[in-house]
Amino acid sequence: MRLRIRFAKTGKVRFVGHRDVARLWERGLRKASLSVAYSEGFSPRPRLSFGLALSTGYESNAEYLEVELREPFDDATWDCWKAEEVRARIDATLPVGIDVLAVAPSDRGEDSLQKAVTSCTWEIIVDGIDVEEASTGVLELLGRSQILLERERKGKIFTEDIRHQLLALEVNGDADDGVRLIADLGTQPRALRPGEMLAAMDPPLTARSVCRMNQWMLQGNDRIEPLSVDAAPAPLAEVRA
Amino acid sequence: MSSLWPELERVLGEVQKPARYIGCEDGMIVPEHRPEKAAWLLIYPDTYEVGLPNQGLQILYEIINERPDAVAERSYAPWTDMAGVLRRTGLPLFSVDTHRPATEFDILAFNLSSELVYTNLLECLDLSRVPLHTTARRPEDPLVVVGGHCAYNPEPLADFIDAAVLGDGEEVVSELSEVVAAWKAAGRTSRDGILRELARIEGVYVPSLYEAEFDGDRLVSLSPSTTGIPEVVEKRTVADLAQWPYPKNHLVPLTEVVHDRLNVEVFRGCTRGCRFCQAGMITRPVRERPAGQVRTMIADGLQRTGYDEVALTSLSTADFSNIEQVVATAVADDVCGQVSVSLPSLRVDAFTVGIAAEIQRARRTGLTFAPEAGTWRLRQVINKLVNEEDLYGAVGSAFSQGWRRAKLYFLTGLPTETDEDTLAILDLASRCIDEGREYHRSPSVTISLGGFVPKPFTPFQWFGQNTETELRRKIGLLREGLRLQGKTYKGVKLKWHDASASVVEGLFSRGDRRLGAVIEDVWRNGGVFQEWSEHFDLKLWEDAMARRGLSLDWYVYRHRTEDELLPWDHLSAGLHKDFLWQDWRDALAEVGLEDCRWTPCYDCGACTGYGIEHIVASAVPPAGGSQGTGQAEGDTTVPVSLTTGPRVAAGVGS
Repeated sequence: MRLRIRFAKTGKVRFVGHRDVARLWERGLRKASLSVAYSEGFSPRPRLSFGLALSTGYESNAEYLEVELREPFDDATWDCWKAEEVRARIDATLPVGIDVLAVAPSDRGEDSLQKAVTSCTWEIIVDGIDVEEASTGVLELLGRSQILLERERKGKIFTEDIRHQLLALEVNGDADDGVRLIADLGTQPRALRPGEMLAAMDPPLTARSVCRMNQWMLQGNDRIEPLSVDAAPAPLAEVRA
Repeated sequence: MSSLWPELERVLGEVQKPARYIGCEDGMIVPEHRPEKAAWLLIYPDTYEVGLPNQGLQILYEIINERPDAVAERSYAPWTDMAGVLRRTGLPLFSVDTHRPATEFDILAFNLSSELVYTNLLECLDLSRVPLHTTARRPEDPLVVVGGHCAYNPEPLADFIDAAVLGDGEEVVSELSEVVAAWKAAGRTSRDGILRELARIEGVYVPSLYEAEFDGDRLVSLSPSTTGIPEVVEKRTVADLAQWPYPKNHLVPLTEVVHDRLNVEVFRGCTRGCRFCQAGMITRPVRERPAGQVRTMIADGLQRTGYDEVALTSLSTADFSNIEQVVATAVADDVCGQVSVSLPSLRVDAFTVGIAAEIQRARRTGLTFAPEAGTWRLRQVINKLVNEEDLYGAVGSAFSQGWRRAKLYFLTGLPTETDEDTLAILDLASRCIDEGREYHRSPSVTISLGGFVPKPFTPFQWFGQNTETELRRKIGLLREGLRLQGKTYKGVKLKWHDASASVVEGLFSRGDRRLGAVIEDVWRNGGVFQEWSEHFDLKLWEDAMARRGLSLDWYVYRHRTEDELLPWDHLSAGLHKDFLWQDWRDALAEVGLEDCRWTPCYDCGACTGYGIEHIVASAVPPAGGSQGTGQAEGDTTVPVSLTTGPRVAAGVGS
């Protein structure tokens, strides 16, 4: 059985790197006594697969991982009650700031999340600028026909046009000591990071905080989330009791 | 109460590994600071990755926070990039728990496990904005206290520390908390008053209240400059480890650290009597934790932390009474079947390897043994009574049971060492390869060579350390041997520690308070993180010594005489100085000394002086080791089979 899990990474733990997040998940799932499947071989590892990496220091409300279980849950019916029980059980084992938002069985046949996700929505707070200046910068960037960026790949520097990965960008008003931008950035074949986009602006901007709000995959012409937070609404406490 | 987090989170993006500075570990405590509570900042003066797993610090962190009159938080030396950011932004050193400035604590307590971190201690004080010199501190400045093994000779730090604590910290932190809380309640007026009170606590040494007199180079007197404080400061010893089942809430970091696993201390102290080993001398007697408590700590710890590895720690874990039963139950308790148990200190014999085979079901990569010296003669000098059959039995057993690599630890620069002893290391390694060829096509044996540094409170405290040149020459002998006879020594690899770092360790290991100026000089010239090879710079130390007119020859390479006053003679680890001197004479006469756990007491002083004794569950020596256990020499039969088939149960007395 495979579980797909959506989690948030906010606050101090946003400074924990991707590899360390994987390790704290391994420990958390062991504490939650989930029967995680292990790889074969000399040095067996728990079979977890994470979606797109998140830059260290960025927050997120939409991180994903998939967990392969050795056996399905005893009470075979998976419903919203079961989902909430499992969600809460896992959530309790994780550090403050790593919050499990939703859990659901997933289909083994699907593409890996890394392949399936085509874009992300980001909330970006920039410092030292007002709404008007930010709007000018955004319009200028959107007006360009190409946006050239130097990127490193296998030790070599390439110049790439990343304009097609800038799907949407808007100024979303004031935030605490800054301006809030909302951006939709493409992830295929290689994700465009908010920091790269800000650096390409004229003048370049720096983010005070960045938060991934959503990851999106395509289903026909619609974009859907791999696991929506609304998909498995938490049952009311009194109903459970 | 103030938290620097809002300022820190703006700059953490600029530094490497920001997770070092966020805290948030599982097991972290957010204490409630109150004016009447003594506030401790426990500082490990090395990186977070090295310091976080430190058991001593974790134990004290919990014990202090359980007290109603004290709180404790933690800090680690910020890496150079972070130190730069703090200086640029004007932010002080802070705790990782609540990001509180260091100056808002009453006690800055440093854990010193290596001499090379001394400059980091100064760096942390400076970043805390605490005056470096005790004489410059005002009543409102925190007290600077050190503990850990280096605290047994704190003299080089005398200018900078208010107090050093000798021995086990579990009990003494309570007395310190009481005194400091009372001092706070009284308005923290005089600094002299609190220092005198600290000096009256058993195990606490206040260097500024003791005067050192020199005649030329020689130390001629080091004694109290005031009345009412002890002539000799005795170490603290926890009589029964069963009373202290800590840490109960092992800290689980969010970022990878060294020894990233559950660590359960199974006993403290060691009476094997290896003469080079300071830890074995200063932590006597042996105090075993009851097997039932070990089992509970393992089971609870694994469940609480989610770790998949547990290490049973001590100075020689295979010597724990009935160790095979303890590890067998640890493995049996394991619910998910993926937990591996490791024994970081393997004894050199096949029995021990049998236990390791039992428990290291996964990840069977390499095993490490420490014969320490190349010949039986030299092993008698250092009292590491491992004979060749023990070693070949151990290595053969390891290779037969699936391990492909063995690592052998040796020291070079030992007393009476000849080139024959040094070169014999290659032959031992090569014989180990031969053992391995019976099971694998290309077994490998790595020799790891460390430079010997004489330490206080050991029989070798009188020995003049080998010079850097001499250590390099000996390392060179082995490199040359391997190069010229590559065929003979096929499969043998050599690694060695930097001989120049041993010089600085040796300088401070047995140094006196005149060296404070040298530490400060090196720190002022940027010498931090000296235990990191990328930062270590011998020239900084040599130049600082030269500027003070001090000589490395005199401090490091000189043999001491019996009548010489040593800079730690006014401190005591319980060991009689005449016992140590006799053991030094025995060493030179190549006479071994058996382990007193299983043979009659030879009155070293560690038990009798404090009215305590060994706490061991089994009064008979462990199976399979001839090594100084009082078992007949030559009886090297090993009660485990050397095949991969079912092993014969070891007959250990109960």
